[in-house]
Amino acid sequence: MPFGLLKYALSKQYPGERHFPARKELRPSYDVVIVGGGGHGLAAAYYLARDWNITNVAVLDKGYLAGGNTARNTAIIRSNYLTPEGVRFYDESVRLYRDLANEFDYNLMYSERGHFTLAHTDAAMRTARWRAEVNKHLGVRSELVYPDEIARICPQLNMSRDVRYPILGALYHYPGAIARHDAVAWGYARGAHRRGVEIHTHTEVTGFDVDNGRVSAVRTNRGTIKCGKVLQAVAGMTSVVAGMAGFKLPIRTIPLQACVTEPVKPFLDPIIVSGSLHVYVSQSARGELVMGGSVDPYSLYNTRSTLDFKEELIMHMLELFPFIGRMRMLRQWAGMADMTPDFSPVMGETPVQNYYIDAGWGTWGFKATPVCGKRMAETVATGKVPDLIAPFALERFYGFAQVGEKGAASVGH
Amino acid sequence: MKIMKCPMNGPRNISEFVWGGEVREMPDPTAASDHEWAEYVFIENNTKGVVREWWMHAPTSYWFIAERNTETDEIVRTYPATELYNSRREFK
Repeated sequence: MPFGLLKYALSKQYPGERHFPARKELRPSYDVVIVGGGGHGLAAAYYLARDWNITNVAVLDKGYLAGGNTARNTAIIRSNYLTPEGVRFYDESVRLYRDLANEFDYNLMYSERGHFTLAHTDAAMRTARWRAEVNKHLGVRSELVYPDEIARICPQLNMSRDVRYPILGALYHYPGAIARHDAVAWGYARGAHRRGVEIHTHTEVTGFDVDNGRVSAVRTNRGTIKCGKVLQAVAGMTSVVAGMAGFKLPIRTIPLQACVTEPVKPFLDPIIVSGSLHVYVSQSARGELVMGGSVDPYSLYNTRSTLDFKEELIMHMLELFPFIGRMRMLRQWAGMADMTPDFSPVMGETPVQNYYIDAGWGTWGFKATPVCGKRMAETVATGKVPDLIAPFALERFYGFAQVGEKGAASVGH
Repeated sequence: MKIMKCPMNGPRNISEFVWGGEVREMPDPTAASDHEWAEYVFIENNTKGVVREWWMHAPTSYWFIAERNTETDEIVRTYPATELYNSRREFK
């Protein structure tokens, strides 16, 4: 054996440290119990510890860490929404994302690519112009661009007029980015763990004890734990868990499918989205084309894939990029998305006291991970809902004050 | 390809059908409070398990009822809406 290798065997630095220690027993009580160990739950735990010095916190997940929608999205980060409430909220998220790798000392592979939302109809052009103006007004860099400009920035796109849906223009969003989604969750988990938060995977919540309208304990398959406050962040299973606490939500669970091609050399820099064609695509650092389309046509608590979805997606993809016809598909998967009637999330207080909710993340959850974690931590710590997320309260549906978000992806408007 | 059995047209590709959501009792629009009405319009049971839903066969615009398992994607039974609604309902 070469002696050079011995120094690695004898060094204390190898193998590297474990991110998280082996699972401990649950304590009998916690100040805050976070149900759901995905990006959102872990981010909330991290900011509770970092900003509010609340570290007697347990994050529970019935599966493994960040194995739900955190690992199933297409990792796009942007803030070019339509409603001022949405733009402000996602803009803070983009700004937090930019500093995150540095803060974690962990490579998130955050990569700003520029983001095109293609318009194929006059109506889509109007919406693009509207979004560009709302964005600029709030200091977000978005512009309406025309075919010559699109062809200059992304020469790979098929700009032919001789297709079913020719490209008339696009909303170009400069800060549009992609990141490695697992790393975002792991970075938050490690940061939270180092500050004293306990992360318990394979711990399923089976119910809640509610006394006089106030949550007092969380029942799990590993025993009952007393809690001061609960934060629920379980995209996909939101209605089921909220049902255990005794309230209902304006949410339907609908699968969102995605797939990747085999990896090829880098050729596509920007992120391309088309609302009319129900396509979004970017090329990952690994070289795979990561593709998604519209949500499934009906509700389902299942992550199966369908041929119908692939047929529609690829039909449109081939119109935009005819030369990918010979590429092979490598993987397919689905996530269960919480769809709300107005395409905006549901955040904040619930009918149960001390029980907070982070839900309704439909197709827009990953990009909101940092801001949602930060603001939900503030809500849980202070008991007051910050202005930034107040418009997204569950109460809005009872006051007929929805936040109609036409900037949401993969849904028909 | 997933097949759904339309009570009028027989077995057809699921892509020919439009999902209409859960079958629910509508509160009286004139008597219901705003809260009750909002609940009816927006709030969902979002049941995990067998649910009774409205579906439409799009090419024939035919609405019917299906019982479907939302966990397994299995269609248990489809039948005409007249099985549940057999009298005319007037709205003032």
